[in-house]
Amino acid sequence: MNVTLKVWRQEGPETPGKFVRYAAQNLSPNMSFLEMLDTVNETITKSGEEPIAFDHDCREGICGMCSCIINGEPHGPEKKVATCQTYLRSFKDGETITIEPFRAKAFPLIKDLIVNRSAFDRIIQAGGFVSTSAGSAPDGNAIPVPKQHTDAAMDAAACIGCGACVAACKNASAMLFVSAKVSHLNLLPQGQTEKERRVLGMVEQMDQEGFGACTVTGSCEAVCPKGISLNFIAKMNRDYFGALLRGSPKATVESV
Amino acid sequence: MNLLSGLFNSSLGKKFLMALTGVALVMFVVVHMVGNLQFFLGREVLNHYAHVLKSNPEILWPSRIGLLSCVIIHITMAIWLTIENRTKRLTGYAVQDAGAASLASRTMIYSGTIIGAFIVYHLLHYTVLLQSINLTGRDFSVFRDVHGQPDVYRMMIIGFSNSAVSGFYLLGVGLLCFHLSHGIWAMLQTLGLVNETYRTTIERASVIGAGLLFIGYASIPVTILTGLVK
Ligand code: HEM
Ligand code: FES
Repeated sequence: MNVTLKVWRQEGPETPGKFVRYAAQNLSPNMSFLEMLDTVNETITKSGEEPIAFDHDCREGICGMCSCIINGEPHGPEKKVATCQTYLRSFKDGETITIEPFRAKAFPLIKDLIVNRSAFDRIIQAGGFVSTSAGSAPDGNAIPVPKQHTDAAMDAAACIGCGACVAACKNASAMLFVSAKVSHLNLLPQGQTEKERRVLGMVEQMDQEGFGACTVTGSCEAVCPKGISLNFIAKMNRDYFGALLRGSPKATVESV
Repeated sequence: MNLLSGLFNSSLGKKFLMALTGVALVMFVVVHMVGNLQFFLGREVLNHYAHVLKSNPEILWPSRIGLLSCVIIHITMAIWLTIENRTKRLTGYAVQDAGAASLASRTMIYSGTIIGAFIVYHLLHYTVLLQSINLTGRDFSVFRDVHGQPDVYRMMIIGFSNSAVSGFYLLGVGLLCFHLSHGIWAMLQTLGLVNETYRTTIERASVIGAGLLFIGYASIPVTILTGLVK
């Protein structure tokens, strides 16, 4: 199959960018989206030009590196998959596909389709961990955990931190990511001691990084490659206001 | 962290204030509708209800001040958050897909602003009884029933018999209910009262509740305009 790509090209953070069209020909419908970009890049490189810069690593939907807005949707048209698991069969032969980087003030553009998502790492550093040594795997049932809590914690832990939630949100809000990371630990016994400092610290960092507030539009949940639910945002709100009411100290990295 | 600084300095805190004031406003909107619907029970009942409400200034004024504070806090937080949110994406997308975001959720600030304008008009119209804006040329403040009490029933009939006034009223309550079709569920989500079990119920109840409120509010001007009650 053949498609036309309209790709955002931008040399660096300070230089102005623009859309450039590329014809991608003789593709297999079973090629992944990233393989298609590889093929196009080969042609571009052969013609002596700079290939399209895009983020990727595992190419199996677990690392969260791949990004891109494909035809207006983070990670493209299919539900609950990342860009690397999107295949050309999801597009029409002859279609023009627009590819843009994730746009958010907190995700400054580095080059072409690559943005800097370190803000997420700094949010994790503000509380997304347990300070005690977790040791080796505990004996089964040595620590009682209700089944629904392990299930929910597992669902939250599925977040790969790709940033699609931010890219989709009209406010560039990181609430879905932060709530998944807060809930994942706050649901488990090992996370209890630092539960309140965690939520206060991570929310404060989220605000400082320049992400917007939540308007409960649900666009984040709809584009999340891991199907993280808005329910985690409700849980984080609960944890946050509980901590505020009890006047818990906030978790800056120094105070931990 | 201190509660007050947490409420005003964090995005979650501002949302929380908006949701808490939203609870008070939604409760008022429901009670106000039930009160208004006594119109259908006739002049005697409605005027008596209005008389009871107004005859206790020690309850009336604290309620009015409380409600007004809620409106002010709600609007302040709404504008503050909206301005902040608009600075979070410096370059927009060439292809924009609204995705799962409902129209109501994307336009809260617009529906809210028109509701704000409507609230001002509505208060001047039926509370302050400003004659120049009721467009009927009548002075509502002199209407009295057989007991010598203000004749609210007559005021409603004459007030709503003007189609421009009724039209703006329908637009106002229409947008209010549109605002609430998303607002009620967003409010419960912000307060952390949503979970997996109740999520779908809450989302649907929000839309159905807003629809019922619209029917309740709209029924009065529509009945009067169509001449069903004279
Ligand atoms: C008068 C002007 C008003 C403005 C400007 C306004 C604005 C807004 C905005 C922008 C939101 C979305 C919040 C966000 O983006 O996060 C919102 C939410 C809400 N509004 Fe209003 N509103 C107004 C009046 C009202 C009234 C009269 C009511 C009640 C009857 C109401 C009830 C709600 C509720 C329940 C929410 C949800 C709170 C939440 O998201 O947590 N609003 N309002
Ligand atoms: S490349 Fe790792 S998730 Fe797509």
